[in-house]
Amino acid sequence: MKRESIVPAACAAVTYTVLCHPHHHTVFIVLTDGPGNKDDITRSKNEGKELSKEEKQRLRKQKKQQKKQKERKNEKSETEKEKTPVSLLPPPRPVATQKAPSALPAPASAPIPVPASAPFHSSPAPSPADKPAKSKAELKAERRARQETDRAAKQPGSSSSGIKTKVPLSELNPVVKRLPEHVQVDDPAVVKRLAKKLERQQIPLRSDYGYKVSLFSHLHQYSRKAPLTQQLSIPSTVIHPSIVRLGLQYSQGIVAGSNARSVALLHAFKQVIRDYTTPPNEELSRDLVNKLKPYISFLNQCRPLSASMGNAIKYIKKEISNIPSQCKEEEAKTKLLTCIDRYIEEKIVLAAKAISKYAIEKISDGDVILVYGCSSLVNNILCEAFEKSRKFRVIVVDSRPRLEGREALRRLVQRGISCTYVLISALSYILPEVSKVFLGAHALLANGYVMSRVGTSQIALVARTFNVPVLVCCETYKFCEKVQTDSFVSNELDDPDDLMVTRKGKTQLENWQDVSSLGLLNLVYDVTPPDFVDLVITDLGMIPCTSVPVVLRVKNLDQ
Amino acid sequence: MELQAVLMAAGGGSRMMDLTYNTPKPLLPVGNKPLIWYPLNLLERVGFEEVIVITTKEVQKMISTDPKVKLDVKMKLDLVCIQEDADMGTADALRHIQQKVKTDVLVVSCDLITDAALHEVVDLFRAHNATLSMLMSKAHEFTETVPGQKGKKKTGEQRDFVGVDDTGKRLLFMANEADLDEGVVIRKSIMRKHPRMHIKTGLVDAHLYCLKKSVVDFLADNKSISSIRGELVPYLVRKQFSKSTNSPKVIDETHQNLKKNDSNVNLEIQISSRDEELLHLTQERSCWNDHRGDMSDAYHGGRLRCYVHIMDEGICYRVNTLAAYIEANRLAPKLFDEPAVHPSAVVSERCLIGADSIIGASCQISDKTSIKRSTIGVSTTVREKVKVTNSIIMHGVTIEEGCNIQGSVICSNAVIGRGADIKYCLVGSAQRIEPDAESTNEVIVGTDQLMEI
Repeated sequence: MKRESIVPAACAAVTYTVLCHPHHHTVFIVLTDGPGNKDDITRSKNEGKELSKEEKQRLRKQKKQQKKQKERKNEKSETEKEKTPVSLLPPPRPVATQKAPSALPAPASAPIPVPASAPFHSSPAPSPADKPAKSKAELKAERRARQETDRAAKQPGSSSSGIKTKVPLSELNPVVKRLPEHVQVDDPAVVKRLAKKLERQQIPLRSDYGYKVSLFSHLHQYSRKAPLTQQLSIPSTVIHPSIVRLGLQYSQGIVAGSNARSVALLHAFKQVIRDYTTPPNEELSRDLVNKLKPYISFLNQCRPLSASMGNAIKYIKKEISNIPSQCKEEEAKTKLLTCIDRYIEEKIVLAAKAISKYAIEKISDGDVILVYGCSSLVNNILCEAFEKSRKFRVIVVDSRPRLEGREALRRLVQRGISCTYVLISALSYILPEVSKVFLGAHALLANGYVMSRVGTSQIALVARTFNVPVLVCCETYKFCEKVQTDSFVSNELDDPDDLMVTRKGKTQLENWQDVSSLGLLNLVYDVTPPDFVDLVITDLGMIPCTSVPVVLRVKNLDQ
Repeated sequence: MELQAVLMAAGGGSRMMDLTYNTPKPLLPVGNKPLIWYPLNLLERVGFEEVIVITTKEVQKMISTDPKVKLDVKMKLDLVCIQEDADMGTADALRHIQQKVKTDVLVVSCDLITDAALHEVVDLFRAHNATLSMLMSKAHEFTETVPGQKGKKKTGEQRDFVGVDDTGKRLLFMANEADLDEGVVIRKSIMRKHPRMHIKTGLVDAHLYCLKKSVVDFLADNKSISSIRGELVPYLVRKQFSKSTNSPKVIDETHQNLKKNDSNVNLEIQISSRDEELLHLTQERSCWNDHRGDMSDAYHGGRLRCYVHIMDEGICYRVNTLAAYIEANRLAPKLFDEPAVHPSAVVSERCLIGADSIIGASCQISDKTSIKRSTIGVSTTVREKVKVTNSIIMHGVTIEEGCNIQGSVICSNAVIGRGADIKYCLVGSAQRIEPDAESTNEVIVGTDQLMEI
C-alpha cells in the first residue's frame, strides 16, 4: 500500500489535490487514502479491518456511481446553479469534532456536494489560524473539481474515467465515521444502544453516579463504591474469573498506570486462552475473537480502556484471526501464548530498556530533574541512570486527589536518589532550580499531542515559560491514531467522591450532592500540545513531537 | 469455574441441646423453614448453581424428603455424608472432600442467616488475590428473654479479639480469649508494618470463608488442623507475617519441590512461573500501594493475605444458641416476603393474628385465639381461647383450649393440655404438658434427655 507522506498540521489540501489528479494510479491511492485520511481527522476505531471494509465500500461506490451517472446527466444543468451557494458553506465550519453534520449534507444529493464536501473534511483538520487562507484554496479546489466532473460528463467515451474520478470524491461521504460511543453519554439513543449491546453480551450496565459538570456531561462518571460485580453472579460463569478479577483491580485502582494495565490485561488473556476450548463446528480464529468481545466490554465498563490496552487488544485479535484453520487447538493456543509473551517482552520490557539507554544520554551530572506523578517508565529511567553513576537529584511534583507522586517518591528514595517533593501549586516556585523535565505519557496522539495525567500540560506550559527542556518518554505501542486538540472531547471522569478529604474528623464536602449548584470534577487525563514538548524519547529513538504520525505510518506499513 | 460452595451441615448444635436432641440442627424450623434453607437461599440468590453439602446420614434422609428444600432450592445439591460419631471438625470435613474441590471454595455454615452482600467478601478475595476472605458482623444484643435461663445472662462467653488495619479490610490479628494466657500479644513485626491497628471484640463471625484451593491442599497435608474457625483461620492470619512465607528463597525451593509433604509452608505454589513473572511485572509497574509511610512495596511484599468484610448494618445471625434461635425467628419474616399466613392454613374469622406472626401450612386456628409476634409451625392445631404471645410453636403441636403461652418455645409434636399457663419455657419435643399446669422459666424435656449433658 503506497501512501504519500502525510505532513500534519500543514495543508491537508495537499492530499486533496492528490485526490483530484486524474491519474489512474492515484485513484488507488485515493481509495485507500480516503479512509486513512479520515482516520487522521475523525476517530476511526476500525483500523484493523480497513482492507476488507474498503473493498466492500469500493464495490458499493461503483454501484452507486453507475446510478449517479445516469442521474447526473439529467441534473447537469441544475448543478451549475447549485454549486455557488454550496461553496459558501465551507468557511463557517464549526469545531473540528462535529463530523456528523458534515455527513448529513453529503449523502443528501450525491454528486453536487461531493466536491464541496471534500474540502469539508480537509478543512477542519488544520488549526483555526489557517482558516481564511484555507477557504480560498478550498474554493479553488472546488472549482477544479467541478470542471473535472463537467469534463468527464461531456465525454461519453470517457465515462469510465469519469466514474473513476467520481469514485474517489464520493468515496469520502459514506466513509465519515460517527463519533465513538463513549463520548456521547448525554445522547439517550447512544445510551440505549449501549444498553442493548451489553444485554446481548450478558454484561451488567454500570450506571453513572452523581451530578456531572456540564462541560463533561458527555462522559461516563462511575462510583467506586458501586462495583460492577454487584450485578454479576458470584461464581461468574459469563465472564472468565480472571477477567472479573482484572476488572475489579482496574476499578479499585489496584492496577493503575498504562504499562501495568496492559501487562495485566495480557496476563488475563493468557488465562482465558489457556482455559478456552473450541466448541464443535466452530473455528478457533473466529470463535475466540467473539469470546473476547464481551470481556472487553466488561473491562470497558469497569474502567475505560487506555490507548495502550486498545493497541494490545488489536494485536491479539489480529494474531488470533491469523491462525490458519487447519492448525490444531493445542498448537494454536501455545502459539498465541508465545505471541503474547513476545509482545510484552518486545514492546514493554525491551522498549523500556531502549528508552532508558537513550534517555541516559540526556542526563548529565549535576542535573536537577523534575518528574510528575508516578510514571513507571520515568522511574525506570531514573533508577537506571542512578545505577550508571550519574549525579543528579529529582524533584517529584504531585497533585491531588491521586497523590501518585508519593509512590514515585518512595521508589526513587528506596534506590538512594535524593528527592524533593512538592505539590503542583508550588511549581513556579521550584522551576528556577530545574534543569530538565521528564514526563511520562498515557498515549501519543496522531497530531503530536501528548495525552497524560491531568496536570502534565500545566507542567509543560510553565516549564516552557522558564525555558526548561521538556522530554516525554513513551513506548511506541502507546501511539494511537486518535487526534485531539483539547482535553474536553475524550477524557475520563473518575469518582467525584475522591475529592472529599477528612481533616480532624470533619468532611466538608460530605453532602455535596445536596448542593444543587455544586459539581465535583475529577479529571484523569489532559492533552499537551506539541509546542511545549521538546523531545519524545521512544524505543525507535529520539524524535520531535511532530514526527509521531511518521512513526504511526511506519508501524502500519510493518503490519 | 471460579468458586465452589461448601455448606457445613454436620454440626450437632451442642449449645442448644434442648432443641436439637430430636431434630438435627440443620432442620430446625426458623420462620417455618428449615434452618438449612437460609444459607442455601443466600447462595442461590447470589448465583451459585451447585453446592456441596456436608452432612450426616440422618439429615441427608430428612433433606431429601423435606418439601421446602425440594421445592424452593433449584440448585444442585451434592450431599456428602460423614459419620456422626467421627467427631469431625469443619477442617476435617474439608479434607474429606478434597478430591471434589477443583477451584477456590466458599465455606458456609448451615446456621447462618444473613442478608449480607456476598460480593463484598468475594471482591476482597478477587481483587487482592487473597488467601482467605471472611465475613463478620457487629453483634447485636439479644433482647428477648430466653426461656430456661436462670438469672442474668452469662458474660463469660469467650470473646474474640479481631485486629484489622486502618482501612478496616485487612485482617491482622485473630485470637480467642481461651487461647490467650495473660493478655493479647502482638508481634512487633506486625506493628512495624501496620502501625495503626483497630482491635475489635464485639464481632460475630459469620463463618463464611473464601479459601484458596491451595489452602484445601495444605489441609490435606496437615492433618493436625481440625477446625476452620478455631485453628485454620488464626494460623493463616499469623502466617501472613511469618518470615518464611515471605522470603524469596523459600519460594524458589517450593517451585522445585511441588508435591513434597515435608514443609507445611508451601501455600502459594500452584501458579506457573511465567505467570508469576507477569504478575510481578504488573505490580512493579502499577503505581498503587496499599499503605504509605514506609519503604516497602505493596502488601509489604507478602504473598499471603487475609481479608475481612465487617458488616455494619443488616441481618447476620449464627443460630447456635437458644437466644440466637429465638432472635432469628423474630427476624425471619423480614427476610422474605411470603405471606405471613400460609394459604392452606385454616384460620377462623374470630381470631386475632398480629402482623408479625407467621402461620404455617395446614394449621388449624380456632376461634377467639390471639396470636401475637409468634411463629406457628406446620400442621399445628390451636384450639379456642388460646393466647400465644412472643412464642415459637414448631410443627405438629396441639394446643388445647384456654392455654396461655408467652415467650416460650414449644418443640414439635408437643401437646399442651387445656388451660395450661406457660411462660418463658422450653417444651421439648413430643412432651405433654398437663392441663392447668403453670410453668415459668422452665425447660421441660423428656427424661431420656436429662442424661445427655
